[in-house]
Amino acid sequence: MADIGAGQLAKPKEIGRWERFRQSDFFWKFKRSPVAVASFVVTVVLVLSAVLAPLIAPHNPFDPATLNLMNGFTAPGEPNAFTGDEFFLGTDDQGRDVFSTILYGMRISLFVGFSAVLFAMILGVALGLIAGYIGGWTETIIMRIADIQLTFPSILVAMLIFGVAKGFTPVEYRDQMAIWVLIIAIGLSDWVQFARVVRGATLVERGKEYVQAAKLIGRTSPAIMVKHILPNVLSPVLVIATISLALAIIAEATLSFLGVGAPPTQPSLGTLIRIGQGFLFSGEWWILFFPSCTLLALALSVNLLGDWLRDALNPRLK
Amino acid sequence: MKCDGASFCPKIVDDAANICVLLDGPGLAPHKQRMLAYVIRRVAQSILVLLVVGLVAFSMFRFVGDPIDNMLGQERTQADIDRLRTQLGLDRPFAVQYYKFLEGAVQGNFGVSYRQGRPVGKIISERAPATLELAAVSGFLAISIGIALGVFTAIRRDGWASNVIMTLSLVGVSLPTFLIGILLIYLFSVELDMLPSFGRGEVTKLGWWTTGLLTSSGLKALILPSITLGLYQMTLIMRLVRSEMLEVLRQDYIRFARARGLKDRVVNFRHALKNTLVPVITVTGLQLGSIIAFAIITETVFQWPGVGLLFINAIQFVDIPVMAAYLMLISVMFVGINLVVDLLYFWVDPRLRADRTGAH
Repeated sequence: MADIGAGQLAKPKEIGRWERFRQSDFFWKFKRSPVAVASFVVTVVLVLSAVLAPLIAPHNPFDPATLNLMNGFTAPGEPNAFTGDEFFLGTDDQGRDVFSTILYGMRISLFVGFSAVLFAMILGVALGLIAGYIGGWTETIIMRIADIQLTFPSILVAMLIFGVAKGFTPVEYRDQMAIWVLIIAIGLSDWVQFARVVRGATLVERGKEYVQAAKLIGRTSPAIMVKHILPNVLSPVLVIATISLALAIIAEATLSFLGVGAPPTQPSLGTLIRIGQGFLFSGEWWILFFPSCTLLALALSVNLLGDWLRDALNPRLK
Repeated sequence: MKCDGASFCPKIVDDAANICVLLDGPGLAPHKQRMLAYVIRRVAQSILVLLVVGLVAFSMFRFVGDPIDNMLGQERTQADIDRLRTQLGLDRPFAVQYYKFLEGAVQGNFGVSYRQGRPVGKIISERAPATLELAAVSGFLAISIGIALGVFTAIRRDGWASNVIMTLSLVGVSLPTFLIGILLIYLFSVELDMLPSFGRGEVTKLGWWTTGLLTSSGLKALILPSITLGLYQMTLIMRLVRSEMLEVLRQDYIRFARARGLKDRVVNFRHALKNTLVPVITVTGLQLGSIIAFAIITETVFQWPGVGLLFINAIQFVDIPVMAAYLMLISVMFVGINLVVDLLYFWVDPRLRADRTGAH
């Protein structure tokens, strides 16, 4: 305190972004919640290991040259009877290392989840902004479609969109396009939440003085929507995005498990569980067990993180 | 302000042709006019949704692949193609074809399955009893156990049993349905070897309906799938009943009922539970559709020979007629359920009449 001179009293000490974040209420609350810290750590570890899969994974499960069929059905932690190779989490019927397939599968699950939520977010936020700011017939049409879609469960909507899109895709592209079709199907099934929240927030913001001021100085409607209103309606969007991510991961896993999602050439966690279910009765439990646990850990930690975020950012609970 | 929904609804049906006259008619009170306008708008909206879904289904039919290719074999002449094209009406304008498609759909005629080569309507009606039975048993389990547990956890709000149930329900909500199914199969079929893991068991024929409820193997086969399917709805109903009960138990009239010396049981069930039932009925009604939709997942896990499994197989093999038929069927169901639930609001809760009609 001694070094604060008379001239410095007027302006506060300059602090960096990181320092400001560390001193924020948000970070303080985060540190105090063991659930939040634990789920954050689990999420980060899982996401990192998925992103770095080519570096971490002991084998590339999709490179046939590294596979040895003799290694099939090796139990976790035990040496194989023929080759003597050991696998941390065992191998599947084709001798693929389960640990490596999980890492690569998680990559696809997370890629589909993130992309689907991003797609839903962009679509929902844009439509919500337009509906809230412009109003009139545009709003009625957009929100009516949203209401109608909300009456159908989103997993069913995603399934139907996937089915319709698959029908329209030429046969030779179906496997290649499956991942993209999946992203669009899950994204389209999930935009409503974003649109409703953003529309509600936009209706509130539209009447405020800064928007009127922006109108007065002659800014165009798109500029007002994107530059002025959008930054002020984003914090609930973040919460919905996190919870949507957990739902999207589960939706992707469900569709792939049902055999209407990621193809066997690009297996996601759901596809791996589908494959593993076939060995449930013959005693090779690890092929099913480890992918299921990974999926659970992923979905649960993202879900808990989203729940915590919702409470932490909710002004009513402050 | 007395407005009795039960006596009002038949009036709508009777006077359907004179609705416009009724709306302007001097005899109708303003709130009734608003209500009627709301009902008409809801019905019109439902029909519009069905027409759009029908358009999607029809476009799949018409534009995915060539229907002629799908029906005629390799050995065909131009004359065959032309004759079939005229016979199927494919040379007529789009709007006429769409109308013909809707006409067929209303009569349950969706064409022939590409994969099985049999009429889709027939395949679905064979499979429907399996799905409906599964959904009915799951719904019953979800409602009865859900309400019982909800009341229990609300009355013993801080007991250890309530805490255990609430925690378990959280886990139950976050577990994906298919993992619950696999877990149950692992426990009861693989480890304990008590219950079958797939199929419907032995079924009895009652006319066109097949039932698994009359044989012991059929009943056994029903246990695991119905628990899997009903679990999510059960936790939902339980949490809803609990929060509504907690809300109601705080009210003054409950305190007065206790002060009057009424027994706990009478207060809890006669006074409290009864007043929580409106939202429970609504949510349960809306969940009815979800049960049928989620049956797709359960049926796949347990290889249950129902409509959901049929639909999943249809997507896998791009069997367009089956997909189109399922799309139409499920939409009719959802739109119908929502319409009925929305209209029931008026009938069940007089307070909502003023609110909802005012809002629209």
